[in-house]
Amino acid sequence: MAVGINQDTTPVDELEKLKSLYADKGFLVTNINNLINWARTGSLHWMTFGLACCAVEMMHVGTPRYDVERFGAAPRASPRHSDVLIVAGTLTNKMAPALRKAYDQMPEPRYVISMGSCANGGGYYHYSYSVVRGCDKVIPVDIYVPGCPPTAEALLYGLLQLQKKIRREGNIKR
Amino acid sequence: MPGILENILSTIEENCKINDGFIKFEQIQISINPDELISILEFLKDNDVCQFRQLTDIAGVDFPERQNRFDIVYHFLSFKNNARIRVKIEIRENEAIQSITQIFPAANWFEREAFDMYGIQFTDHPDLRRILTDYGFEGYPLRKDFPLTGNVEVRYDEMEKKVIYEPVKLQQDYRDFDIQSPWEGTKYTEKKDKE
Repeated sequence: MAVGINQDTTPVDELEKLKSLYADKGFLVTNINNLINWARTGSLHWMTFGLACCAVEMMHVGTPRYDVERFGAAPRASPRHSDVLIVAGTLTNKMAPALRKAYDQMPEPRYVISMGSCANGGGYYHYSYSVVRGCDKVIPVDIYVPGCPPTAEALLYGLLQLQKKIRREGNIKR
Repeated sequence: MPGILENILSTIEENCKINDGFIKFEQIQISINPDELISILEFLKDNDVCQFRQLTDIAGVDFPERQNRFDIVYHFLSFKNNARIRVKIEIRENEAIQSITQIFPAANWFEREAFDMYGIQFTDHPDLRRILTDYGFEGYPLRKDFPLTGNVEVRYDEMEKKVIYEPVKLQQDYRDFDIQSPWEGTKYTEKKDKE
């Protein structure tokens, strides 16, 4: 349960230790920070904010081939149910207020993954009259996934990086 | 023996007043005056030889150096004849043109788009609003004199707690990649002559 209790041991060692502890005593002891981080990293429900072709790769992440649900991350249709917002695609000026509204509706703690060149910095449309030059002008971003579009694996890696970031911060308050 | 396209074109030339008409790449093109638009399109739609029943697209083209600044291009398809036709009209910048929604209801959104992108006015259009650009957008982005980066950009303001509009301020200037310049662009390896 207590992921990352000890940096020196591998997860397998840790699991063996936990197993023997549980078999011996019938319960586990951990600290509350680890417990909460474990819960947070293990249920990163993501909100589908597909804006362009990146959304197709985001769908791939949800399908059985990459199966992001094995990390406890399930797609949710409502921002009120979700923990992480994946901005997948070109954010236009017209869409910006809607994106902010969706973000504002998410409960804390909330995280944002910016997916693809367009969301990261305008990308191909950087000089366009109708495109926001990076979605971080509108909402704070935790993880940037580069690519045009990033592969599903890249997005999955971004999600794992987000888990790592949550663990490293280790705060209950955010 | 004349084909279907030649037959259609000669029928149009006999019955309508057109400025120019020819067949190129197996497609008919005619240029007409704005005044005859409605009558000619009705003819194209209802005439037994033509039967152009489907409106495929309406496009605008901007020629800033020309007296008649805009081209409006209509594309029609005839299922019956498996033929397509392109109808071109030239208008001046502040000239309005008759809407064809009465004949082809599909023209509604196409004309809204042409209005949105070029500022072409369509008279008797049931709902001539912008269709694609942002709410309260100013200017006509596909005109050649519209700046590429536009006039406003958006940002979330922490003080006002909302997304606000500001004049465009590019943190990195637009870069003009000139391959002739020794300072910017790709370095090409020069081909050495064999000795």
